[in-house]
Amino acid sequence: MTAIILFAPLVGAIICGLFWRMIGERAGMITATGLLFLACFLSWIVFFTVGEPQSITLLRWIDSGSLVADWAIRLDRLTAIMLVVVTTVSAFVHLYSFGYMDHDINFPEGEPYKARFFAFLSLFSFAMLALVTADNLVQMFFGWEGVGLASYLLIGFYYRKESAGEAAMKAFIVNRVGDFGFALGIAGLFFMVDSVQLNDVFAAAPTLAESTVSFLWRDWNAANLLAFLLFVGAMGKSAQFFLHTWLPDAMEGPTPVSALIHAATMVTAGVFLVCRMSPLMEYAADTRTFIVYIGAITAFFAATIGLVQNDIKRVIAYSTCSQLGYMFVAAGVGMYSAAMFHLLTHAFFKAMLFLGAGSVIHGMHHEQDMRNYGGLKAKLPVTYWIMMIGTLAITGVGIPLTGIGFAGFISKDAIIESAWAGGTTASSFGFWMLVIAAAFTSFYSWRLMFMTFYGKPKGDHHTHEHAHESPRVMLIPLVALAFGAAFSGMIWHGSFFGHTEQVARFFEIPLAAEATAETNGAVATEEHAEAATEGHGADAGAQHEAFGGAPGQGAIFFGPDNHVLTNAHEAPVWVKVSPFIAMLLGFGLSWLFYVRSPQLPAQLAKNQPVLYRFLLNKWYFDEIYDAIFVRPVRALGRLLWKRGDVSIIDGGINGLAMGIIPYFTRLAGRAQSGYIFHYAAAMVVGIVVLVTWMSIVGN
Amino acid sequence: MQNLISIIIFLPLVAALILAFFLKGDDAAARRNAKWLALIATSATFLVSLFLLFGFDPSNTGFQFVEERDWLLGLHYKMGVDGISVLFVMLTTFLMPITIGACWNVEVRVKEYMIAFLVLETLMLGVFTALDLVLFYLFFEAGLIPMFLIIGIWGGPNRIYATFKFFLYTFLGSLLMLVAMIAMYVDAGTTDIPTLLAHTFASDTLSVLGFQVVGGMQTILFIAFFASFAVKMPMWPVHTWLPDAHVQAPTAGSVVLAAILLKMGGYGFLRFSLPMFPVGSEVMSTFVFWLSAIAIVYAALVALAQEDMKKLIAYSSVAHMGYVTMGIFTVSQQGLDGAIFQMLSHGFVAGALFLVVGVVYDRMHTRDITAYGGLMVRMPAYALVFMVFTMANVGLPGTSGFIGEFLTLVAIFQVNTWVAVVATSGVIFSACYGLWLYRKVMLGDLIKESLKTIKDLSAREKAIFAPLVVMTLWLGVYPSVVTNVIGPSVTSLIGQYETALNDYQPDVRLAQSGDN
Repeated sequence: MTAIILFAPLVGAIICGLFWRMIGERAGMITATGLLFLACFLSWIVFFTVGEPQSITLLRWIDSGSLVADWAIRLDRLTAIMLVVVTTVSAFVHLYSFGYMDHDINFPEGEPYKARFFAFLSLFSFAMLALVTADNLVQMFFGWEGVGLASYLLIGFYYRKESAGEAAMKAFIVNRVGDFGFALGIAGLFFMVDSVQLNDVFAAAPTLAESTVSFLWRDWNAANLLAFLLFVGAMGKSAQFFLHTWLPDAMEGPTPVSALIHAATMVTAGVFLVCRMSPLMEYAADTRTFIVYIGAITAFFAATIGLVQNDIKRVIAYSTCSQLGYMFVAAGVGMYSAAMFHLLTHAFFKAMLFLGAGSVIHGMHHEQDMRNYGGLKAKLPVTYWIMMIGTLAITGVGIPLTGIGFAGFISKDAIIESAWAGGTTASSFGFWMLVIAAAFTSFYSWRLMFMTFYGKPKGDHHTHEHAHESPRVMLIPLVALAFGAAFSGMIWHGSFFGHTEQVARFFEIPLAAEATAETNGAVATEEHAEAATEGHGADAGAQHEAFGGAPGQGAIFFGPDNHVLTNAHEAPVWVKVSPFIAMLLGFGLSWLFYVRSPQLPAQLAKNQPVLYRFLLNKWYFDEIYDAIFVRPVRALGRLLWKRGDVSIIDGGINGLAMGIIPYFTRLAGRAQSGYIFHYAAAMVVGIVVLVTWMSIVGN
Repeated sequence: MQNLISIIIFLPLVAALILAFFLKGDDAAARRNAKWLALIATSATFLVSLFLLFGFDPSNTGFQFVEERDWLLGLHYKMGVDGISVLFVMLTTFLMPITIGACWNVEVRVKEYMIAFLVLETLMLGVFTALDLVLFYLFFEAGLIPMFLIIGIWGGPNRIYATFKFFLYTFLGSLLMLVAMIAMYVDAGTTDIPTLLAHTFASDTLSVLGFQVVGGMQTILFIAFFASFAVKMPMWPVHTWLPDAHVQAPTAGSVVLAAILLKMGGYGFLRFSLPMFPVGSEVMSTFVFWLSAIAIVYAALVALAQEDMKKLIAYSSVAHMGYVTMGIFTVSQQGLDGAIFQMLSHGFVAGALFLVVGVVYDRMHTRDITAYGGLMVRMPAYALVFMVFTMANVGLPGTSGFIGEFLTLVAIFQVNTWVAVVATSGVIFSACYGLWLYRKVMLGDLIKESLKTIKDLSAREKAIFAPLVVMTLWLGVYPSVVTNVIGPSVTSLIGQYETALNDYQPDVRLAQSGDN
């Protein structure tokens, strides 16, 4: 069944992309969408029935000595979660695109583009599914680069626009920088473990923690180094600090693409990778510290930029970047399940926000500047309510201390509590950064709502008069995702962030006590047992079990010393309500700035010109990278060519050859006058002379 | 089928002779006949070579289909294939009909053009199947002559300079190789390659002009062969003939040059350098690694600065060949599998990319990147083909380009992480120049007046690209089809290499393996 889920989108992409001329454009689109809904339906069945981790081999792929990688499906809870996220969002995005892509001003009348768009969407879904179902690192890399390709194709979909082509290229290349790390990580893991199978890597994780590997100028702890290299890949794909610059530019793509790829699925692949590699991460404490810092900085920094952006899609893009930072903090402190929880809820509400923004853009005739919106509540009522639910979800609205609230409220609190419970300097840093970012999130999200739907219409009259609600085919996906945004947090809170035994059951992780019974006598299990007793002592009588099992047993792995979940549940009340207070603060400020006294933002920008420009120009990252990477590399290329190849190498050769050139010119002159047979003859004579000489010299 | 290899090799030559002696006149009908005859001959060669492939037993690591006859002056005509060479034979026979199809629009001296390609095919096949040193040398050197003619007669405006540079580079290398071959004959008393493979050349440290040469005779012989093969690869810094040759060569000439002739250097390393001079190879390996790593980065950077489409692809070939030499000298299963795979894959991908350039060159008669832009608007099928091969060139998993790069990178990581890091950075640069080219040519709006009437791929062009697309994807999804054939021969080659090294420095090697 998982094989059908995996290949249905590929079949859809092929039929729609290559054969639409035969069956018609609309038939192709319907086929692709239908197959995606089939995959989605089957994914939910898998989600509710998935059991012990299992592996289904489809075909031998690479086979070179001990390096063996198959096309195979690894099916466990982690895969099942991703299957549901990917296929659900993808299916609804396909459906939505029927409306959104119906008329596009970027293409002249009569040029077919819709089948191509749907084929790319389906191709992306296939690559993403290949990524999440991989049972070895090479297949994961296949999906990893495959989604990069699909992302490239879709960002550059409006190929006539220069900016789209540029953004697509940037996305691919920045991702390649990450993939550079990922590829080295795979090579390193193969070097240490002699296998690229996830199971073998997991089993070897404790050994890796004890080994050192010589890499470049020094020896490193193997687990830390390899986890770090893999994380570099994750940074690229998930647009983390330093490698984030491509994500905002990726908004050049059509809005459904932003929703599917650059919000809900592809950019979360990095988080998935870290969670998937949890057995390795658990033994790589230093790398996890690094992950926490990067995640926290990203969450904060992207939120600051989001405060001042005026393009509706860019605001949401920076918000995505920031939310991904949250997930990495959770994974970095060791709460992989909380990271996955936020990944799930975020997929629903962020896809919805993007599609909602798309609905606004569609209704406003492709106007994306929020300064030209205003007062759209009446014109776009359904979209307004959808965006409202999305905003309530992302800002984290709920009733504190009760577990009742929108999806983002519950999963974000889970992460912030985990960060507090991490107990290290890094995690405290993470905690404070995330709380501050929560206030910013609330500010820019409400700013978006106020600028778009409240106040008086601004900008072009004509556009406002013709503003219209989107067709039903676009609203149905919005409503469906709204259910996810509203309720997914409450439904799955227990499974992802409940009591230890609940989480253990959901992710098929054996509990420490059971593990002892299963494998009695092993040293590792004794440690587990000790850890479990310590845990009990610290819990002061609470009924908490500890996670057990060997690395690779179960969908995610918690090391014996990982008590973050238990500690997070015992966080003091001020920790638990802090994100809520931050949210209120952000909302209040936003209301003050954009409803109560709309002149304030302009005044503030005038009073703080340096800070404002710094944020508006995205911390000047593009400019800095252009100055230290792009230009020097181009200049170096020209230098090597003109100086290296042309002057030094060729110059030397030419100098050497000056005496012989005239002779050859004469010879070639004759070739032109048509004596080809002379050459054939010369060839034969040459060979004979050579043979004769050889035989004389040889004998 | 006792004479299978001879049949495969001489079939194109027979066709060439028929053309030379029986085809008269230069009217349209004669030109058409020449093309059809060449196409039929190369296709027949491919079909016959399938018998070779299906009759080949991968588990037998010795030479198969061996033919041996006495030849003039006491020399031997000895041919055969093993797991390392058989796929190069297939690559050649597979690509030649495509090459002939690619020169369908040539109208100048068609008969001679066809003869040149047919003779070239015979000579190239001879290189991959010769089992006698003299025979190998003859094929290896003679193969250049038709290539010189193809560039020198049917090439671009600056063809004389390009031909001359090509000749000069290869000639110097060849001379050294010839001397080395004579030395080998003197030492071993035979020119029979299987015998030479079993022969151990002296490896005691020698003192030459005051220099201590570690590995002695073997190192010196290695360097002599290296001079020839490195030029053919081409390795940095003896690569500058390649961009010029490509730019001046006609499309079909570029295809053969990139897809097959460049593989002779790599094949030479596998057939001669590694098995015959293992100590020399070991001594020189670090040097080769660094040349390879430099080639990967240097060529990619230079490619970024190019304004001519063919030059860009030529430099990208240099970079890709860097992975090959790097993989070969790791002498590990992944390294050698990857290197051979990379050579085969590069044959399809680089060949196809030169055809891709040829398509627009045929229409617009310029290779200047800035002369294009927005072709996607009028050429959707071309855009798809171009995208597939750009991605294969960039090494996207799922295409054949990935497997070779990945395996060689995995192999080099085990040997030298510095080289591994430098070489891996090539994946970033290849994306830069590959996508930059695609964007400049295909994307953007079509505003140039000259391009407004450009036509999409014709049926003939589609037929040429189809088999290449199929091979690129098939090898990317199911590379075992290659590794199954080459695997046992590669394993046996590595085994011999290790044994030879153990004999050379038993104490040192044992101590090392003890540490592991």
